[in-house]
Amino acid sequence: MLEITDVKKTFHASTPNEVRALQGVSLSLERGSFVCVIGTNGSGKSTLLNAVAGAFLVDSGRIELDGADITRWPEHRRAKLIGRVFQDPFSGTAPSMTIAENLALAARRGQRRGLNWALTPGRRGKLRDRVAAMGLNLEDRLNNPIGTLSGGQRQSLTLLMAGLMKPSLLLLDEHTAALDPKSADQVIRLTQEFISRDHLTTLMVTHSMQQAAFLGDRVIMMDRGQIAFDISGQAKRRLRPEDLLSRFEDLRRANQLDESAAEMLRAQYV
Amino acid sequence: MTLLIGSLTVGLMLSLLAFGILISYRVVAFEDLTVDGSFTLGGATAAMLIVSGADPLVATLCGALTGATAGAVTATLHAHFGINRLLSGILVMTALYSVNLRVMGKSNIPLPSQKTLMNFANQLAARLFAERTVLHVAGWEASPRDVCGLALMSLVAAGFGLVLFAFFRTNLGLAMQAIGDNSRMIRALGVNVERMMIVALFISNGLIGLSGALMAQYQGFADVQMGIGMLVWGVASVILGESLVGTKKIGFLLTGAVMGSVLFRLLVAIALRWGLNPNDLKLITAAFVFAALVLPKFVSGGSRLVRRERRA
Repeated sequence: MLEITDVKKTFHASTPNEVRALQGVSLSLERGSFVCVIGTNGSGKSTLLNAVAGAFLVDSGRIELDGADITRWPEHRRAKLIGRVFQDPFSGTAPSMTIAENLALAARRGQRRGLNWALTPGRRGKLRDRVAAMGLNLEDRLNNPIGTLSGGQRQSLTLLMAGLMKPSLLLLDEHTAALDPKSADQVIRLTQEFISRDHLTTLMVTHSMQQAAFLGDRVIMMDRGQIAFDISGQAKRRLRPEDLLSRFEDLRRANQLDESAAEMLRAQYV
Repeated sequence: MTLLIGSLTVGLMLSLLAFGILISYRVVAFEDLTVDGSFTLGGATAAMLIVSGADPLVATLCGALTGATAGAVTATLHAHFGINRLLSGILVMTALYSVNLRVMGKSNIPLPSQKTLMNFANQLAARLFAERTVLHVAGWEASPRDVCGLALMSLVAAGFGLVLFAFFRTNLGLAMQAIGDNSRMIRALGVNVERMMIVALFISNGLIGLSGALMAQYQGFADVQMGIGMLVWGVASVILGESLVGTKKIGFLLTGAVMGSVLFRLLVAIALRWGLNPNDLKLITAAFVFAALVLPKFVSGGSRLVRRERRA
């Protein structure tokens, strides 16, 4: 399904600001799997998602999706296969366009956009049903500009838009991080609903140990541009947030040790 | 009366320019500086073709097409060579000055009205009002030719307005609107933003070239300087129109562009009538745009606040 092989990416190469964001990441996702990605800030988890989405091209390695080698595809071409929700609730919708228009845009994700009407009565009806099914009472506000809605409502609609055309891969980039707890719960509930109904293959970056422990069927933790561990199957089902926290702690200690050891070596030999 | 009809006609003619500016500046948010050049290019092309004996309608359409091409070049410089938008526009605008001189062969081409689209107005007047040389419109005297010119121009402006309105309700038009609103989102939905910019500027400068071609025929000559200040003129019309309609819906914005263009032309005509030195016109126009951009922030103390609240 999604096959990432030894992907590397360095930003600002050979400058003082050089960041080796991905240092040889390999990951394989089966069809229908729901994978949570956790890690500290700067561990490369969002970079990994952006590499798959095509926000930049990787330096080396290979990314395959649905049997196609998409490593060199530009971002807009990958959109045919990939639905995305961003962290910023304002990134996923066009504020001065109406709810119906935003959904109509999503209904043509990755397809040719020609000179036929975007919102025929038939399509409007279908979109209305999808909005009504979310249970947010937005179905009577289809002609309101989306900018008049709250962050939580906008993020819910972005989620609906990303999943509308059943993408081969759904990418969620900390999509509840900027929301208040109540909206975040609601968006998570919808996320589960959409994923389980359409069996969407999902890669979700999250900062919440709760979400990582209780959602999905697999957790991977990124650390310094690499995958530090990968838990699935029975072990994932037994996983509790505290286990993940202690793993974080372990990693932090290991990193500290590494650094002090490196420091010591530098002091002795340089 | 002649002054009023003339202002209305020119205002409607320049509303095509305002449509163009609306598309580049508002719909896809591309600060396009090609305008002054493509307006002249449209006029120059049409004039050159008319003088060499082409049908005025064909000449006008060719004027629109050359303008459109200039816009596409600007967008291509930005999209494929990564040149800054403003600089792309400046490059094309500067190059067009020479191109326009080449097209015309000299800096000014006079156009006899029998050969231009104005002849349609003459014929229509002759057919409708036969021998009458003076019409009475609401108690005012007016020449049949001017009235017919105004009627035809109203049809043209309304026609293009409707076509654009329909276009913005298609899948392609909707995606184009999303570029100016949230380009990150529309890219994630699979739109090639660069290619869409090229299409948008093609349409935008096509309308601007068309406006230039009509203008040259109306005023009876094409001049290599005729485009100077047209960009700011169009921006003024669009801003004025926006404040008249007060919403961001595309149908209203299009209507507003026509209203703004006509109103602005009327204001200028009145100012000139009151003794404004024509040489000061560009200065006044620029000052007007400045005021229109800055004043709302002071007056309501809120237009910025309102926008911020809406985002949050």
